[in-house]
Amino acid sequence: MNSVVAGITYRAVLGRRRVLLLILLPLVLIGLAVLLRAIGSTDEKATVTLLQIYAIGTMLPLLGLIAGTGTIAPEIDDGTIIHLLAKPISRPVIAFTKFVVSASLLAVFAAVPTFIAAYILIRGEAGIASGFALGALIGGIAYSAVFLLLGVISRHAVTIGIIYAVVWESLVGGLVPGARNFSIQQWAQTFAAQVSDSSFFKASVGMGFAVPAVLIVTIGSVAWAGQRLRSLSLTGDE
Amino acid sequence: MNIELRQVSRWYGNVVAVNDVTMTVGPGVTGLLGPNGAGKSTLLHMMAGFLAPSTGTATLDGEPIWRNHQIYRSIGLVPEREAVYGFLTGWQFVLSSARLHRLASPEDAASKALAMVEMEAAKDRRIETYSKGMRQRVKVAAALVHDPRVLLLDEPFNGMDPRQRLHLMDLVKELGAAGRTILFSSHILEEVERVAQQIEVLVAGRHAASGDFREIRRRMTDRPHLFHVRSSDDRRLAAALIADASSGAVSLGTAGLEVQAVDFRRFTWLLPRVARDAGVTVWQVSPADEDLESVFSYLISGSTR
Repeated sequence: MNSVVAGITYRAVLGRRRVLLLILLPLVLIGLAVLLRAIGSTDEKATVTLLQIYAIGTMLPLLGLIAGTGTIAPEIDDGTIIHLLAKPISRPVIAFTKFVVSASLLAVFAAVPTFIAAYILIRGEAGIASGFALGALIGGIAYSAVFLLLGVISRHAVTIGIIYAVVWESLVGGLVPGARNFSIQQWAQTFAAQVSDSSFFKASVGMGFAVPAVLIVTIGSVAWAGQRLRSLSLTGDE
Repeated sequence: MNIELRQVSRWYGNVVAVNDVTMTVGPGVTGLLGPNGAGKSTLLHMMAGFLAPSTGTATLDGEPIWRNHQIYRSIGLVPEREAVYGFLTGWQFVLSSARLHRLASPEDAASKALAMVEMEAAKDRRIETYSKGMRQRVKVAAALVHDPRVLLLDEPFNGMDPRQRLHLMDLVKELGAAGRTILFSSHILEEVERVAQQIEVLVAGRHAASGDFREIRRRMTDRPHLFHVRSSDDRRLAAALIADASSGAVSLGTAGLEVQAVDFRRFTWLLPRVARDAGVTVWQVSPADEDLESVFSYLISGSTR
């Protein structure tokens, strides 16, 4: 972890126009919660559906994509990353720092709003608010690692990330139960279900799979990103 | 410190960008000269640790450069691409560089570096408001902040106005005279001629020539050298010169003689003797085409033949 790298990365990510999405998506979540409360449908089932479909199913992967790739891909694209790389700092440390920045952004912009939205609807009922907040936090950590890696190894990180989140996690995961084992969203729900005792949802992946999966994917992706950064090649304009 | 390339080649797919280059860059200023697309940036990136040679080795005082972040303690790099963190001020940018190097007093180092490039006045403006030349200077300051013993600059004078350019050229010369190893790339002959003692010429990925540019020129004996000669009696001198095989053509003009020397060494040896024997006083001998431009175009035409 390097504080100078972290400082520059925060400013770079928060200074881009994409930051509006980072704010807008959680605002929509909280807005929906306020709306549901206003029309009186504050039951547990509606809350779980909102959190499953929107908070974990839509907002979290999109924010993960913005934060995870946004901490590194634009800098590699325009070459500004040279400023950080041409320094006597090990590249894995730079990768790890960028991962921490992304994960912390997701904690603030995904996990906290998830808790707030659930709390607006049903307060502390059945541990749903804290459960989904934990799920969003852990999912955010895993997404950060995976999308950071994508940002380092591919110039099409955003496209690949969207394909993963939409086609694999949502479409294939919705139709083929086995595919859910390899879905960060599902792992997030597993953690949510661990805390929450709501009868309205049940995780399709067990803790025995989700815990090692999150660990392996997160650690593996950050480590791989660090190695790839060590051999990052810059080609000239010629 | 020495940067050493040994039989370095680099290709992208089927395209060879750098072809079997062996060179040592030592203390002083070295100019890496070549037309656009000659592979200068590729070579510089390999020296800076941002590209792996496809074959061969690139080392800094014997240490491998590739995948070795410790080299940046000794190397300062000024990349060609203009992009820098535009949301930072010049001060923040250079200071961040000092902090990333973990210098003992980063503020002092940053002030000193900004002063070296005369950017103190604009240091509190965001870099995105800078002109191209100012960005270039702030990048140089960031590269110099840790007082590196090796400085690599990719087309450093691009986009600078004449005054800034002269200032940076002087700075580069001073740093070179102080014993630092400096390599800069350029496709502009005048820049290289002005700043560098040592010249490495890269043409179409090949190391076409190396050395002092006058020496390089002299070695090309198969190309006629053109001299302007003024003397007390041009016509008499012309007659005496054309009698020797070392002169290919002599023309008599109002401004003096123009002599094409076919054999450079013999001609420079011959001229004073011929003049003395003929009783002619030579006032001025000047090489008409001994500038980098002609060296360069010669090398290019030579390599495409």
